[in-house]
Parts: sequence; structure tokens; C-alpha cells
Amino acid sequence: MAATSGGPWLDGDAGRLIRPYTVSGGRTRPTVSFDLLTLVRATGSRPHSQLGPDHAQVLGLCGRPTSVAEIAAHIRQPAVVTKVLLSDLLDCGAVATREPTLLGPDSPDLALLEAVLHGLRARL
Amino acid sequence: MDFAHDCDPFPAAVKVLIAGGFGVGKTTFVGAVSEIEPLSTEELLTQISRATDSLEGVEGKATTTVAMDFGRITLGARHVLYLFGTPGQERFWFMWDELCEGALGAVVLADTRRLDQCFAAVDFFERRGLGFIVAVNEFEGAHRYTHEEVRAAVDLGADVPLVMCDARHASSTTEVLVNLVRHLIETRNEHAPEVVRPHEPSAPHP
Ligand SMILES: Nc1nc2c(ncn2[C@@H]2O[C@H](COP(=O)(O)OP(=O)(O)OP(=O)(O)O)[C@@H](O)[C@H]2O)c(=O)[nH]1
Ligand SMILES: [Mg+2]
Repeated sequence: MAATSGGPWLDGDAGRLIRPYTVSGGRTRPTVSFDLLTLVRATGSRPHSQLGPDHAQVLGLCGRPTSVAEIAAHIRQPAVVTKVLLSDLLDCGAVATREPTLLGPDSPDLALLEAVLHGLRARL
Repeated sequence: MDFAHDCDPFPAAVKVLIAGGFGVGKTTFVGAVSEIEPLSTEELLTQISRATDSLEGVEGKATTTVAMDFGRITLGARHVLYLFGTPGQERFWFMWDELCEGALGAVVLADTRRLDQCFAAVDFFERRGLGFIVAVNEFEGAHRYTHEEVRAAVDLGADVPLVMCDARHASSTTEVLVNLVRHLIETRNEHAPEVVRPHEPSAPHP
């Protein structure tokens, strides 16, 4: 049984122990900011320089608009590392991005909520 | 050639959180309602606790991650709804702050055998001012309480909807999301024409 209370951070309930810096190629932060829900898509333009395997894998996942969270899950890398890889691809024009539609408490976007409701009902 | 612009436009991405105590069925819920296999997105503990997208401080070091459930529901060509199952353990709840940012709303899952487990989540969303509903995941063998009994036990405001569900089924979990969005629409309609100004002085509260 897993420990559920107290205890140090480094236990079975915290996730894997990884070395993120190795995958990010020594970069500590992305050059632009990404949200977990920023959508990313390949532009079709091939970068001039040779892509490393991690970048190539990420690019391969962007055939259709895909969220940063989803890409991170697929490549099994933490979101922050995924964002560094994506910012490299964005810098060389291999991907385009779109910021998520964030709903603020002061912006009652009823049309958006209605559209979501309609879409959910259609699935029932 | 740039096909990023016309033939496959970006949909609008929105998110909903699935929260609740330890083992109430959050992962099961996200997996049942999602159109993709349930995924798990990780964040670095060190990184989120400082709320920056940076690996500074962990260069060359091994570091731990926290995982959150992740699911997707495509709603026609123009909208895509993402679901995030928040980590059950309270010590990871600092992650919720970032997840709450810009979310449409939240579902607090409750298990009638351990109703006290959802207090913290209810409290969290009330304080954050994020719209939510409570969904009781009816495990078989668990005592079936009435809505009134659950409401009283959780001390739930009359304005917060309470629904029953089976976290394992797509129809039931989709129904929960429908209830959530209807609730969000209703509460927005109530406050509608008045634009909330965050810094306006309000009546002092005790
Ligand atoms: N019988 C029954 N079992 C369920 C139901 N929902 C979840 N379970 C089971 O309950 C256990 C816990 O469910 P999870 O979905 O992992 O719960 P969780 O909230 O993600 O748990 P943590 O992430 O550990 O907090 C699993 O073994 C599920 O298969 C349900 O509606 N009925
Ligand atoms: Mg879980």
C-alpha cells in the first residue's frame, strides 16, 4: 500500500524520478510561453537543421492541432521539458501555435458555454 | 507552403477540472468520458511550486514529477474540451492553482463512503470562485444516500448542483459535464449584464 500522508516528497506517490535537463538539450526554459492547452500544429515547413530524435518525435505528434499537455503525455516528458522542445520547433518555423480560450471570471462568454453544452449533448 | 492557416483551422481549446479526494474515481471518470485513451501529463514538482516554466535549479539533477489525468472531447470542428484530473493528495494541490486558471469549471467527485474526502475540494473551488458541481460516484455496495443527506453532510450551498453518476460509463460522465455547463450558464445569466469589477469596494464581511 502506498504511503498517503506526510513523508518526504520523493516517494511512490510522487511520480517518476527523471533528468529533464538531458532531454531539453541543456536549455532551462522555453523561448516563448506555452499553456498546457496551447494547441500546436506542424506547418509542413521542414527545419533547415537536422532534428534530434526528441524534436522529431514531438513534430510527428503535431499532424493535427494537439495540446501541449497531450504531447507531453505521449512523449512521457514533463510539461516544462515538452515546452522547451516545442519552442525550438516554433523558432525554426516547423510548428504554429494557438493560445487556448481561457475563461475569466469577469468574462461571461455565454456563446462559448452554449457551444460546449451543445457539443456535449450531441454525444449523449 | 503553409497549411497551418486554411484547411485545418485551430479549434478553441477549453478545460474542465475533475477533482476530489484520494481514490474517488477521478482517473476512471476522465478515462470514461475521454475520446482518447486516458493519458497522464506530468509536471516537475520543483517547477510548479515556483510557478515558472523553467528548469533552473534542477540542471543536471534528477527530479520528481506529479502526474495529472488528461482527456479530450472534440466538440464539433470549432471546440475541443480538455479534462484534467487533479492529483488526489492534498499536498499536490498547489498544482490546482495553475490548472484553475482559465478553466470553465470543475466537477468535484465524491464517494459516499468517504464524503469528508471532498470537503477540501469543495472549499478550494468556493474560495477560488470557480463554478463547480458535486457528482457522487456511486460505487456498488456503498450505502445510497439521498441528495438531502449528501448535501447536509458536505454542507453544500443550495446553489451548487449535486448529481449521481457512475464514473465508469461514458454516458453517465458526459451527463455530469452537461450538468456542469448548464450550471455555469445559469449562474452567468444571473450575474449577466453587470460586469464584475474586481477592485470595486464591496460591503465588508465579518
Ligand atoms: N465499482 C466501482 N469501482 C470504481 C468506480 N469508479 C472507480 N472505481 C474503482 O475505484 C478505484 C479508484 O478509482 P480511480 O479512478 O483510480 O480513483 P482516483 O480518484 O483517480 O484515485 P487517485 O488518483 O489515487 O486519487 C479503481 O480501482 C477503480 O477501478 C465505480 O463507479 N464503481
Ligand atoms: Mg487517479
